[in-house]
This record gives sequence, C-alpha cells and structure tokens, in this order.
Amino acid sequence: MKKIASLFLATAMVASLLVGCGNTATTSDSAAESTTTADGAAFKIGGIGPITGGAAVYGTAVKNAAQIAVDEINEAGGINGTPIEYRFEDDEHDAEKSVNAYNTLKDWNMQILMGTVTSTPSIAVSEKTKEDNMFQLTPSGSAVACVQYDNAFRVCFSDPNQGTKSAQYIGENKLATKVAVIFDSSDVYSSGIKDTFVAEAPNQGIEVVAEGSFTADNKTDFTTQLLQAKDAGAELVFLPIYYQEATLILSQANSMGYAPLFFGCDGLDGILAVENFDKSLAEGVMLLTPFAADSADEATQAFVAKYQEKYGEIPNQFAADAYDAIYAIKAAIEQSGATADMSVSDLCEALKKGITEIELNGLTGEGMTWTADGEVNKAPKAVKIVDGVYTAM
Amino acid sequence: MKMKKTTKSNLITYGIVIVFYIVMQIMAGTGSLSSLLKGLLVPLCIYSIMAVSLNLTVGILGELSLGHAGFMCVGAFASAFFSMCTKETITNGAIRFVIAILIGALVAAIFGILIGIPVLRLRGDYLAIVTLAFGEIIKNIMNVLYVGVDGSGLHVSIKSASQLQMDETGKLIINGAQGITGTPNNSTFTAGIIILLITLFIILNFVNSRAGRAVMAIRDNRIAAESVGINISAYKLLAFAISASMAGAAGALYAHNLSTLTALPKNFGYNMSIMILVYVVLGGIGNIRGSIIAAMLLTALPELLRSFADYRMLIYSIVLIAVMLFNWSPKARELRDKYSLKN
Repeated sequence: MKKIASLFLATAMVASLLVGCGNTATTSDSAAESTTTADGAAFKIGGIGPITGGAAVYGTAVKNAAQIAVDEINEAGGINGTPIEYRFEDDEHDAEKSVNAYNTLKDWNMQILMGTVTSTPSIAVSEKTKEDNMFQLTPSGSAVACVQYDNAFRVCFSDPNQGTKSAQYIGENKLATKVAVIFDSSDVYSSGIKDTFVAEAPNQGIEVVAEGSFTADNKTDFTTQLLQAKDAGAELVFLPIYYQEATLILSQANSMGYAPLFFGCDGLDGILAVENFDKSLAEGVMLLTPFAADSADEATQAFVAKYQEKYGEIPNQFAADAYDAIYAIKAAIEQSGATADMSVSDLCEALKKGITEIELNGLTGEGMTWTADGEVNKAPKAVKIVDGVYTAM
Repeated sequence: MKMKKTTKSNLITYGIVIVFYIVMQIMAGTGSLSSLLKGLLVPLCIYSIMAVSLNLTVGILGELSLGHAGFMCVGAFASAFFSMCTKETITNGAIRFVIAILIGALVAAIFGILIGIPVLRLRGDYLAIVTLAFGEIIKNIMNVLYVGVDGSGLHVSIKSASQLQMDETGKLIINGAQGITGTPNNSTFTAGIIILLITLFIILNFVNSRAGRAVMAIRDNRIAAESVGINISAYKLLAFAISASMAGAAGALYAHNLSTLTALPKNFGYNMSIMILVYVVLGGIGNIRGSIIAAMLLTALPELLRSFADYRMLIYSIVLIAVMLFNWSPKARELRDKYSLKN
C-alpha cells in the first residue's frame, strides 16, 4: 500500500507539472488568436536580460529604455501603422536561464528579439535564434561570438573593437607611453577588452608595464594592483572594467598618493551617479563611451528627462543602446516594408537586408550603419570628466 | 511471482522515468509541448542526475559535500574540450558525444579520487568546508585557463591567450573567463534520459550490493564497521568517485546543451552546489526517487512562475520554504499521516 501511495503521489506531481505546462501552451495559443482576430496585427518584440541578480542594473536599464522607445513609437502610430507589443523576460545573467526565457517568449509568439543584454547568455541564445531563423539585435552583447550568425546584429561596439580603439586613442593623442592595466579576469567583457588592448598597444608605441587582475569574488581591495602599477612607473592606468570597482580604485589610488591618468571604456559610464562617491576623485578620468547622460544633445536630453520621470534614475549607456535598438528595428522594418503577418523566418530575411540599408541617428551615435556581419559603424566618442560632468574631448 | 521489495521499488523508479519520457515524447509528437518545456527537458535530466549522484554521497555515504558543482564543472569542460578538438576529425555526432560523456565522467572520477584521498580523512563539517573550497578552486582555475591546439600539440597558459604562442593553424579552445564557445549542441532529451537511467541503474545496484551495504554500515556506525573488517577509506573513496563521475556525465550533458560554457558563480559556484543539495534534502536524504522528483519540480518551478514577473524569485523562495515545512516539520507530518492514503 505504501508503494502504491507513493507512486500515486509521484504521478500526481508529474501530472501537475504537465498541467502547468499545458496551461502555458494553451494561453499562448489563445493570445495569438486574439491578436490576429482583432486585426490588431502587431510586431511582437521580445527582450531578454538580467533583472534579478548581480547584473540586474543592466537588464533593468534595457528593459525600461526599450519600453520608453516602444511607447513613443506606439503613440506616434506604430511602425507603418502597426503597433508594437513588447515583453521582457529575466535571465539572471545565466546562459541556461536565458534559453528558457527565449523559449518562453517563443511561446508568446515573439517575432523579433531585442536581446540579450549580457554577452554569455547572448551567445547561447544566438544558437537558438539561428535554428529558428529569428532576427536578433542585441543592445549590449559585446563579445565577438554574439553576432557570429548572419541573423544577429548589435548596437554596441564589440570588445576587441573597444580595446583597439582605446589603444589607438591613447597612442594618437600621445596621452602616455607607459600604461598599466587593471582588469577583471573572471569577466568576459573586461578580459576581452584587455586582450585586444595589449595586442594593439605596441603598434601605438605604448608599453604595457603592468597587468593587475582581480576576480568577481575579490574586488574590494586594489592596493596591490595599484602599487604594482606605481612601481612600474605607469603614467596611465587603463581600466576596462565596470564603474563600481573603478570608484574603489580611484579612492584607493588617491589615499596612497598615486595620481596617474585614468582611462576607461563604456563600463565606466555611470561613475558620477554612484552614491557616496567623492566626484572630485573622478576629475580628469577619460572614458570611451558612446553615450553621456548629460550631453547637451537634444535627443539625449529628452530621453534622459523621460527616463528620469518614469523610473527615477539617470539612464546609463545600456539604456541608450536599448533605445537605439528599438528604433533600429523600426527603421529596418520600414526600409524593408515588412509586415506583422509575415512568418518569423521571412521577417528575419527582410530585416537582415533592411538593417544594412538604414542610417540611424540615435543616442549612441550619429549616422549609425550596420554591416552584414552584424557589426555597427559609429564613431567612438571619448569624454573627460571636468568639474564633475562628462565633457566631450 | 514474488519480487523482492527492493527490486520492486527500483522498478517503480525506472518506471517513473520511462513514463515521463514517453509522455513527453507523445506531447512533443502531437505538438502540445510548449517551447519552454521543450527547452527545459535536457536541464531537467541534468539536474536529476546531479541530485541522484549527490544523494549517493549525502544519503548513502552520509558525508556532506558542498562542492558537487565542481565535479560537474570538470566534466563539462573536459567533454567540451574533447568535442572541440575532434569536431573535424569525428564527424559522427552521436559517437563523438558518447565518447565526450565518457571522458567527462572519467575526468570527474579522477578528480573525485584525487580530492577524496585527503578530504575523506575528515568528517562532518570539516569535510563540507573542504569540498566547498574545492568547488571554488575548480571554478577559479577554469576562469584563468587558456588552452589552444596547433600542429605541434597542446599549449596551456594561465596568463593570457597571446602567451600560448601558437602557429597560424592554432585554435584557441579554452579562452580564460570567456570559456569554451561553439560546443556542438548534441544533448537531446533521449540522451539525457538514457544517462539518467544508467545513473539510476548504477546507483541503485550499488546501494543493494555488497559494497553498498558496507558503505551504509560506515554511515551508520563507523567504529562497528571498522571492527568487522570493512576498509573504511577504500569504500568511502569508491562511493565518492562514483558520485563524482555521474556529476561529470551531467556536466557533459550541460556543456553540449548550450553553445557557450563559462565557469560563472551562477552555474558552477557554491550556489549551484547548494541548490543540488536542496534537491536532495527536499526529496529525502537517501531517497533516490525523491531526488529525481524534487530536482525536476524545483528546476521547472522558476520557469513556470514567469507570469509573476518581478515577484518570481520571491515567490519561488516562499514556495521552497513552504514545501520544506510541509515535507519535514513534525506537525505537518502528523497531519499528512492522518490523511494519508497509506492507512
């Protein structure tokens, strides 16, 4: 009897699992019917990114900014008169969860994917979008392999691109000849930029005198890395890292009386928004970023004001990338004349062609164009922090 | 025909897995399976295998291991490395995948033995802490490892990819923190179920064998077991190595399910080890069938809660607490016994 009861319970559990799944399947089916029957054909754009966990800042920014762009487009009458439906799913910055999120969106009948936000999940998801031939535009997946397939495009620069561009910028402007690098060896973004920076440096007459690394588990004390840089006589410290760690590095360098030039990439964007951080420490820091929230540009100011009003925060570069991504999709749809009743695969073919023919003036660059290999062409902007604000150089 | 009680119980366990497989295949065939669940099938197998294999260490051997994800990590990287190296030479995906799984299991078993020799001399909390440290070491080593292959053989560095100094034909396979990218996607639901069944077969037979009884004797009373001449270290090591190799096989499935493999705190850190321990504890320590059911439910639950959007993880944690209380609090057990079907 005991065994029968346990078997019964086990099957009941499995059955409940199936019932749960069955429900999701049927609801998504009925949702699909309702949109088509109401003649409310809409472009279904899905987004994926981390909105819980350690990388939640980036996912949330993308989610919110894309929502702003979608609302703007829908208010203005949609794309060629067709509204956009937008849904965002959490992936916790994990490749496996990201694929689950993608499948959830597929059950919702997503047609175009704006995602994913972070690199590693983006690579995993691009494998699936390739299988389904779905158009994918990642706002901020910067690793090379994110756009290895012809259906995937990105709005941001790739990691190697940023490393090379930084080395060229430092070399061309003769900022320094002896450079130290402090990077996060456990992070794809950081080590990716560092590798290409170090490779390009000799071509620009730069000598990399010290390489200090840290990992995600050990990122509060940077005195060792800074001492290493100081002892090697580095005139400039290159920081291809995110701003949280950079604030610690700046204050620790200050307290040990070491004042080299600091140069960073787009990850440093947001450093002035950190609470309890003495902004004077960031004075003179240079960063290569496509977006500065306090730029005088009209479109940027309108976007920042809207974002602040709605979400009470100053948007970062990820938000700007996402905003541009939605407008790039819109432009590509208009260019190709695609309609919402096309199949996912047909839509992908149309957009793949469309996106290479558009030129977009967005928040992260003027006259952005895309090549068929998925990369964006836009001018890198370097900004310097002067008197507590980002100033174009 | 009169079956032995254990045989009957084991057959029910296999039966549950096979029925699950058949039901899923029928649903997939008729098109009533959602994409989400279709994508979840392989992870469900992976975490079931992990839970079953950890149950051998925790439930049968009676030692608390907090580094199980480390073995999964070793198996994943070893098998993915093999697949990347032989992508061109072995074109038959199925054969390559089988060899990759065997390699993943073997390498994880070797690590299990290497770690087990010093670690199993410790007991209780000390053993738990050392296994925890081991898992973290594995993850961190994988994060700094650069391995490439060219005409003259293997190149290994722990500094950077440029230090490998490969010739033009060189192919970078493990790229530090960026891990392995481009692993062929060979894992299928069928493969997952077969490995799960093999894992069950090995572990259930082990438990009911002479060696298994010796291991359980060690768990129940170490001194008594030693006094009747059981070689404590050898049996402990045996159970630990089997457990590790199964985790390695699960890792191989994991690596071939996604095209990208990185050792992040999220997938191979102690959080994952503890998550697997949660499956084991929830399913019942020593209860193999319970482990499978708990692993499947808890893997699917956060995905099925997606409709709650922002509150998803909060609700997931609350459900976890509620289920633990329902399963194990004395009052709840009393209540369950009162209304149980068993009376």
